[in-house]
Amino acid sequence: MLVSAHIAVWGTSLLKLLAAMLLLIGFAMLAQRRLLTLIHLLAWQGFVLALGTALVALLTGQTELWYSAALSLGLKALLIPAVLHRLLRRLKVRGDVEAVINIPTTLLLGIVLVIFAFSLAAPISALTGTITRGMVGIALAAVLLSFLMMITRRKAISQVVGFLAMDNGLFFAATSATLGMPMIVELGVALDALIGFVILGIFFFQMRETFDSMDLSHLERIREE
Amino acid sequence: MMLILLVLACAFVGIPLLGLWGYGRPGGWIFVAVNGLTLLAILALAGQVAMTGGFTAGHEQFVVDDFSMLLVLVDGVVGFSTALFSRGYMVREAAHWQLSRGRMRLYHVMFQTFLFTMLLALLTNSMGILWVAMEGATLATVLLVSLFRTAEGLEAAWKYFILCGVGLAMALFGTILLYFAAQRILGSGSQALLWTHLDGVRGQLQPHVMAIAFVFVLVGYGTKVGLAPLHNWLPDAHASGPSSVSAVLSGLLLNVALYAVLRTKVLVDGAVGPDFAAHLLMGFGLLSLLVAAFSMLRQRDVKRLFAYSSVEHMGLATFAFGVGGSVASFAGILHMLSHSLTKSAVFFSVGQAVQTAGSREIQRIHGLLEHSPVLGWAMMLAILAILGMPPSGLFLSEFLIITSTMHAQAWATPLLLLGLGVAFAAIFPRLQGMVFGRSPWTHGGPAPVAMLPVFVQLALVGLLGVFIPVVLVQWMQHAAAFLS
Repeated sequence: MLVSAHIAVWGTSLLKLLAAMLLLIGFAMLAQRRLLTLIHLLAWQGFVLALGTALVALLTGQTELWYSAALSLGLKALLIPAVLHRLLRRLKVRGDVEAVINIPTTLLLGIVLVIFAFSLAAPISALTGTITRGMVGIALAAVLLSFLMMITRRKAISQVVGFLAMDNGLFFAATSATLGMPMIVELGVALDALIGFVILGIFFFQMRETFDSMDLSHLERIREE
Repeated sequence: MMLILLVLACAFVGIPLLGLWGYGRPGGWIFVAVNGLTLLAILALAGQVAMTGGFTAGHEQFVVDDFSMLLVLVDGVVGFSTALFSRGYMVREAAHWQLSRGRMRLYHVMFQTFLFTMLLALLTNSMGILWVAMEGATLATVLLVSLFRTAEGLEAAWKYFILCGVGLAMALFGTILLYFAAQRILGSGSQALLWTHLDGVRGQLQPHVMAIAFVFVLVGYGTKVGLAPLHNWLPDAHASGPSSVSAVLSGLLLNVALYAVLRTKVLVDGAVGPDFAAHLLMGFGLLSLLVAAFSMLRQRDVKRLFAYSSVEHMGLATFAFGVGGSVASFAGILHMLSHSLTKSAVFFSVGQAVQTAGSREIQRIHGLLEHSPVLGWAMMLAILAILGMPPSGLFLSEFLIITSTMHAQAWATPLLLLGLGVAFAAIFPRLQGMVFGRSPWTHGGPAPVAMLPVFVQLALVGLLGVFIPVVLVQWMQHAAAFLS
């Protein structure tokens, strides 16, 4: 199914817009102090990812990408954020996210990471098809930004949000660089993500039971002697 | 051709079985039976590979060749003896920690899932499924590390989950780039990630992309191999979980992660030329060896001590593959096999010793030989073997690694000797303290039959050091030729 040239031009610019939004949400997450808003941002990122994947599917006529888009929508935009939201309420985690480094410094570091990602991805971008050119850099930047978020946050839940955001970035990389991984691999990755998420849920309750708190500073007791 | 599927089916069937009956006495026996059957299937597979050579199965989705067969074989042996060891050991641990039936079931299911993912990672032909299996192995072991629900265990499990999760995310990015490079030649679809197809066109893969992909794969799977500076999760995870889990983490997981790196290395060598990957492997390997050796000097916890020793040995094997050439690669493979057999034997005896002493602190373990001669001897022989004393297979592999380094990369020889020397100095005096002296305990030691897996594995390691069966030598030579 190929679309007319007119739509293709519009679609390509729309895709660029979505990619930019993905990156912006990554920055917004870095700057966000409240846990609840952080989860909302994660849901939006999943939504943008699903929309982007669907758009690439429309533009290139890859049917497998439609499944991938549906998977992203169901799992990353709806199910996982909803469960995280419930978990937050049931565990009664409240208060702000405490960052290790202050937020302006984190954002500056984020900009450095984006520049690094673009320079690293330049030779790869040069080889990709016209529709998704330049997106690999954005995807890698999104991965590195969520990596930074995991390093700078102390609460277990915000680390998990960073982890899931990294997953979003990787999916975007797969879509933009290779028009999606083979279906069986993509299913396997999604299955792992789901199991990992269930295990995390169990883990949160164990932590709650043992420490009565979700602050990771309790998890710094093992010291080298 | 069906034998590959039979091996995987045997391991897979164990998961639901243990999910239903994986507690109490029957649970331990089912675990043993499943892994015994898996070992038999693996031996049959080995027989076929010995006769006909490697082959693919299931529409090329699965593959076995000389290299993976060796690792599958060790996987089967270590899996079976761990199941034997775990039966008695976990009964006592469950009593000590008051583990519920549900918790024991969780232990068995997760353990069997882990063993299945290890076999899947070794036997799959797809680099994508390899990643899925590695991630599955991580997820299965996270809850095993925190099985006792202590503060320490939760901390270790969290660190393990986050660090390895990030590492595997990097490996996935590397795999995506690999697929990207392959797509331009093999077209879209799952056949573009099949290793046998990739191997056929490795000379044509885009070198820039492959170089970046290898860096991501090395950092990613390297986290799981325990290469410094990404090894932080490893001592914590080994120390906090049950000793049966430490045995398979060191014995199987690290090997399979290194296997994933080496598979990618073969492709990158074809695309970029041999020097690129070799330098990275040598650098990471040497760094791990030295960091681990010096860290060992400071350890007071016996399980952390041997966890660092795993980092040291994996670093040495990685270095050997970096040196390359048929001798060094042969030594690297031999080192992987011997280390896996020896280190799991070490953790079996350490586990028993820790149960006897009621503490993991080295200072509080002493007089094992007087308390229980069979445990004392098991511990002494296993530790001497891990130190590379002849006739251990590790002696032969370390000797070969050092001599081939002198030929190919003479500058690294002093560093290598320094690392090995420091590691020896860290372990040997502590061994004496633990084994000799007066025993303060009056309760009985482990039954001699419980230590049988240790002696069987040590006998195999001794065999590898003195007389390697002809079939194995051929496999190792073929694997070494294809890796370098």
